[in-house]
Amino acid sequence: MAEPAIIVHGLKKYFGEVRALDGVDIEVTRGTVFGLLGPNGAGKTTMVRILATLLPPDDGEARVAGYDVVKEAATLRSVIGLTGQYAAVDEHLTGRENLELVGVLNHIGKPESRKRAVELLERFDLIEAADRQAKTYSGGMRRRLDLAASLVANPQVLFLDEPTTGLDPRGRMQLWGIIRELVQEETTLLLTTQYLEEADVLSDRIAVIDGGHVIAEGTPDELKSRVGGEVIEVVVADPSQLEVAVAQLSGLGTGAPHVDEITRRITVPVGEHGGHVLAETVRRLDQAGVEFTDLALRRPTLDDVFMTLTGHAAEEAPANGQAAAARGGRRGRGRA
Amino acid sequence: MSAIDVEAPAPPVVHHGTVANTVSDILAVTKRNLIRYVRVPSLLVFSTIQPVMFVLLFRYVFGNAIRLPFFPYPYVDYLMPGIFIQTVIFGSTQTGVGLAEDLTKGMVDRFRSLPMARSAVLAGRTLSDTVRNAFVVLLMTIVGYLVGFRIHTSIVPAVAGVVLALAFGLAFSWISAWIGLAVRDVESTQAASFVWIFPLVFASTAFVSASSLPGWLQAWAKINPVSVTVDSLRALLEGWPSQAYHLWASIGWVVGILVVFVPLSVNKYRRSV
Repeated sequence: MAEPAIIVHGLKKYFGEVRALDGVDIEVTRGTVFGLLGPNGAGKTTMVRILATLLPPDDGEARVAGYDVVKEAATLRSVIGLTGQYAAVDEHLTGRENLELVGVLNHIGKPESRKRAVELLERFDLIEAADRQAKTYSGGMRRRLDLAASLVANPQVLFLDEPTTGLDPRGRMQLWGIIRELVQEETTLLLTTQYLEEADVLSDRIAVIDGGHVIAEGTPDELKSRVGGEVIEVVVADPSQLEVAVAQLSGLGTGAPHVDEITRRITVPVGEHGGHVLAETVRRLDQAGVEFTDLALRRPTLDDVFMTLTGHAAEEAPANGQAAAARGGRRGRGRA
Repeated sequence: MSAIDVEAPAPPVVHHGTVANTVSDILAVTKRNLIRYVRVPSLLVFSTIQPVMFVLLFRYVFGNAIRLPFFPYPYVDYLMPGIFIQTVIFGSTQTGVGLAEDLTKGMVDRFRSLPMARSAVLAGRTLSDTVRNAFVVLLMTIVGYLVGFRIHTSIVPAVAGVVLALAFGLAFSWISAWIGLAVRDVESTQAASFVWIFPLVFASTAFVSASSLPGWLQAWAKINPVSVTVDSLRALLEGWPSQAYHLWASIGWVVGILVVFVPLSVNKYRRSV
């Protein structure tokens, strides 16, 4: 009973030269939400695909709901649900037919499939669109249907790979609501995201993943405290004044300023007392005669977490992964 | 699982690997694929218009210029078996297109994460394309009758002929499946199909007799799976040619293609991550 829902130990996956996963260890307690946070190409999708039995690992061990993802893949498939990056719904089938198909393919029987379809359509606010072809659905509705499909067989462990990518803010909020509701049940959830905010809102624990490694793990609060609260961002008008501005801002915040010379942007972590520091920033820049086009105090983003943890921005992650993963995936060596 | 979650349903004890489940999975996927043809009738309409145009073109435009010294019936009776085979082959290219689409749209990921039979996606796809082929062949038979085509044998060989044509289409569906899984892109799969389909269909005895072809092409036309199958179909529908060679060669091709491409495609599917 006490066994974690997901145990990953020394997991490795290489696509040719690209080390998509380079020795990852995580543990996810039953009934909790675990967020896998990282930029494109960090290895998030590879991780989910391995755990959902779509991709065999090259090395290491992974157990989900007590089953080995390689040796017991067939059994494991009946206790997991997966919602991938695309909304994997058949657009020529109605919402109801999509869910019933997944039920039948889960071998829960026709009557039970029908019952589950109705339950889920109601719960996901799709009942009015139930008998319309999915191609008439909005992006948000498709995502909800896709999520519903992964829940048809009452999975013990659910994988959501970037569940809100491509959704507008309203669709995102709606999906967050649904995911939070799910968590109140017994389901264990592993979700991947590029958005710190999303991981923050939904997860009990977060692992920050970069270049195939877990570079930090903890509760959302723990991670944010490592970034140091809020951030001040200054965009300098004249590139020649960047140096002066950095000199003025050094020592002002809780960490060293980070400079992006191309966008002329300086970011400084300032902890919890951003308001005071903001005033001081304006004063100092004004005294030094530095002109700026933008000045803001904001909450830390994934970029800031990355800056703090790795010293490079999220986009600068070494492996340009999606393309690499897709290429490697095509040549995938193992068996499923 | 723990003592607390009284309301949660007990994990279902389901045996997934049974034959009954495999059959049910294949049928569920087949049905899902066929629904598409009902919902998007234009797919079926356009794949029907093309062979109809071929019938009219060859019957009324080229037909009079094609000499068949040995064939005892009008050209349209020679033509229709060729049309049937051309129809099932063109139809079979949709197998690869459909699979490529399922791959790019993430449907294959969904299927592969389910406890369903591994073979069901491919078997269901080739089966639904065979059903669709059967429908189009039936339609072409009616069109053929309207322009003068007649069966000169009896019902049993005629039905055997249709079964052979559909089996031939099924075999080509598996080739197409392999191509679709290898190419993984709808447009490319469509384009790739024509590269291998055209020499097979047109450098054959589907529309003209082998003796009208240049010598080097005759050699190919004689062993071409399309030729031997079209000639078997002629034998079964028209009683000509009378040799059993074509039938055995045709069955040989069907079995041979299945033996090679079923495992190749299944393997490709398993690795299509």
